[in-house]
Amino acid sequence: MRAPTPALPDAPLARHLLLAAVGLVAVVLVLQGVSEFRRFQLAEMAYLGIAAGGLTVLTGLNGQVSLGHGALMAIGAYTAALLLPDRDASVPLPLVLLAATVVALAVGAVVGVAAARLHGPYLAGATLALAVAVPGIALYFKDTLGGEQGLPVVLPEPPAWALDTAYFLTGQELTTSGYVALIGWLVLTVTYVLLANLSRSRVGRRWRAVRDDEVAAQLAGIDLGRARVSAFVVSAAAAGAAGAVLALSVRLAAPSSFTLTLSLTLLAAVVLGGLGSLTGALLGAALLTFLPQVATGLGTDAGLSDIQAAELAPLVYGLVMVAVVLLAPAGLAGSLRLLAVRRRTRGALSTTSKGTAR
Amino acid sequence: MPRSVAAPASTSTSTPVSVLELSDVTVTFGGLTALDGVGLAVAPHQVHGVIGPNGAGKTTLFNVACGFVRPDSGTLHHHGTPVRRLRPTDLAGLGVARTLQGLGLFDRVTVLENVMIGADRHARTGFLGSLLALPRAHREDRALRERALAVLEELGVAHVAALLPPSLPYPLRKRVALARALVAEPELLLLDEPASGLSADEMDELGTLVRGLTDRMSVLLVEHHMDLVMRVCDEITVLDFGRVIASGPPERVREDPAVLAAYLGETV
Repeated sequence: MRAPTPALPDAPLARHLLLAAVGLVAVVLVLQGVSEFRRFQLAEMAYLGIAAGGLTVLTGLNGQVSLGHGALMAIGAYTAALLLPDRDASVPLPLVLLAATVVALAVGAVVGVAAARLHGPYLAGATLALAVAVPGIALYFKDTLGGEQGLPVVLPEPPAWALDTAYFLTGQELTTSGYVALIGWLVLTVTYVLLANLSRSRVGRRWRAVRDDEVAAQLAGIDLGRARVSAFVVSAAAAGAAGAVLALSVRLAAPSSFTLTLSLTLLAAVVLGGLGSLTGALLGAALLTFLPQVATGLGTDAGLSDIQAAELAPLVYGLVMVAVVLLAPAGLAGSLRLLAVRRRTRGALSTTSKGTAR
Repeated sequence: MPRSVAAPASTSTSTPVSVLELSDVTVTFGGLTALDGVGLAVAPHQVHGVIGPNGAGKTTLFNVACGFVRPDSGTLHHHGTPVRRLRPTDLAGLGVARTLQGLGLFDRVTVLENVMIGADRHARTGFLGSLLALPRAHREDRALRERALAVLEELGVAHVAALLPPSLPYPLRKRVALARALVAEPELLLLDEPASGLSADEMDELGTLVRGLTDRMSVLLVEHHMDLVMRVCDEITVLDFGRVIASGPPERVREDPAVLAAYLGETV
C-alpha cells in the first residue's frame, strides 16, 4: 500500500487537487464543444453526481441507507430559491450555494441523530418519511414556498470577470446554460475533493469500521453514534449543494422536482456505479442522465413511434440495472476494484506458500 | 468498597497495583446467574488465565471487563481507580485492547487499514483536518501506517497488508486480529480464546508470543486449551457455574481437587 498509482503524488490532498484540476480542464473543453441542450444535460449530471457522491459516502462507507436524499436536495433548492427571488437579489452566488449546503447540513444533523439509532429497513423507513413529508411542507406554506407551482429562481448575471475569462480561455461567449453547467461542475469538483479527502482519512476509516463491525469498532474507541451522525451530516450537506445547483439549472424549486423517484434514482445511481466509490457515483449520474435519451434515440432510429421510443427508456434503464446487479453486484467501479484486489491476493498468498513455511 | 482507597501513584512503588481488578461481580440474565461474586486481579506484566468448562461464565466476565455487560453488583478498578459505568468505547482510552472470539475483522477494508483502525487511539486528527487533508493529518496517517506495518511485520503477516481479511486463511486472520489489538499498545490485553482453530505448532508459537508480551503489557486470557494455559499463565482463575472455584499459580490450580472435579471426564 504505497502510492496506489506511481504517477500520482503520495499526499492525498495533492493527488485529489491534481485530479480535480485535470477534471475541470476536461469539463471546460467539453462544455465549449457541445450544444446548448448537452450543456443543460451536463448540468443535470453535475447535480445528480454531487448528490450521489454524498449518498455513496453514507451508504457505501458507513452502511446507512437513505431514501430521503431527494428531500435534502429540496431543502437546498428552496434555500437557493428564497435567496434568489428576483434580479435585484444581492446575495452572491457562492454564498447562496454555501447557505443551501449549511441549511441541508443542519437538517441532516437532526435527521442523523435519529438515524444513528436506527438500522436497515427502519432507517430506510424513517428517511422515506422525510422524502414524503418535505415536498408537503412546500404545499402547506403556500405563501412563502409557492405551493404546487414552486418558487422561481432568478439566476444572477455572470460577473464580468467570469465572462472575460471564459472568452479568453475558450474564444466563445459564455451562454447561460454554459455558465450554469460550469457552476455545477465547479461545485461537483469541490465536493468530490472534500469527500475524497474524508474517505481517505481517519474519518473515513472510522466510518468503514462502524459499517463492518460495530463491536470491534467500539473496542477501537470509536463512538458508533458520532460516526453515524457525522456521515449523515456530510451526506446531507452534499445533497443540499446539489439541490442548489438543480435550482439554478431548472430556475425553479417546485415539489414536483423532488418526488420519491428522485431519492430512489440517486440510490440507483450509487448502486450502479459501485457503493462507496466517487468515480462510481459519477458514472451512475452519467448513466442516469444520458441513458434515457440514448435509448429513445435508438428507438426512433429503429423505426418506433415517438411514444414507443420514449417507453424504451425505462425498459433499458431497468435492464441495465438488472444486468449490473446480476453480473457485477459491486457496481461498475466497485467490480474493477475487486478485480484488482483479487489479483493482489493471488500474488501475495502464492509467494507465502513458496516462501518459508511458518 | 471499604478497603483500598484509590491512590495508585503512591502505592505502585511498594505493592504493585493491579492493572485491572474485578471484585464481587454478579451478573444475572433473567433467572440465570452467569457470574456470582466473582473477583480477580491482573497484576502488571503478568499473564492471567481464566479457565472453566463451557458455560462457566468466562466470556461474560470478559464482557463485564469491557463494558458490554453491566454487572448487577460488583466493582471494577483500573490501576486502583474505580471505574463506574464503563462503556466499550472507553476501553481504548484506558489502555485496554481486546481480541474477539469471532475475530470481528473489518471485512471490506484492507488488513493494513484494519490494524490502523486498531491504532486509532494514537490519532489526533479531527474532522476539519480530515476534510481538508491538512499536511498534519497526512503526516499522522503515515506514522500510523508505519506503526501498523511494524506490528504486522512483528507477527509475520506484513505480506498480506494490502489484502482483504476474508481472502486469508483462518490462522492468518487470527494474527491480523491480534495485530489490531497490539498496535494500540495497550497496558492490558484481553485475549478471548486465542488458540481456537490453531494447529499444535501454531499454538506453540502463540504461547511464546504471549509470554513475550509481558515486558510491555499484562494479558488476561480466556482459553480452553489447558496445556497452553498452564504454560503461559502466571495466575489462573478457575470458574465453574459462575463461581470462582480455585485461583493461584498453575502448579497449585493443577492439583486442586475442586478443579479436577469440575473437569472430570473432560479431556484436558
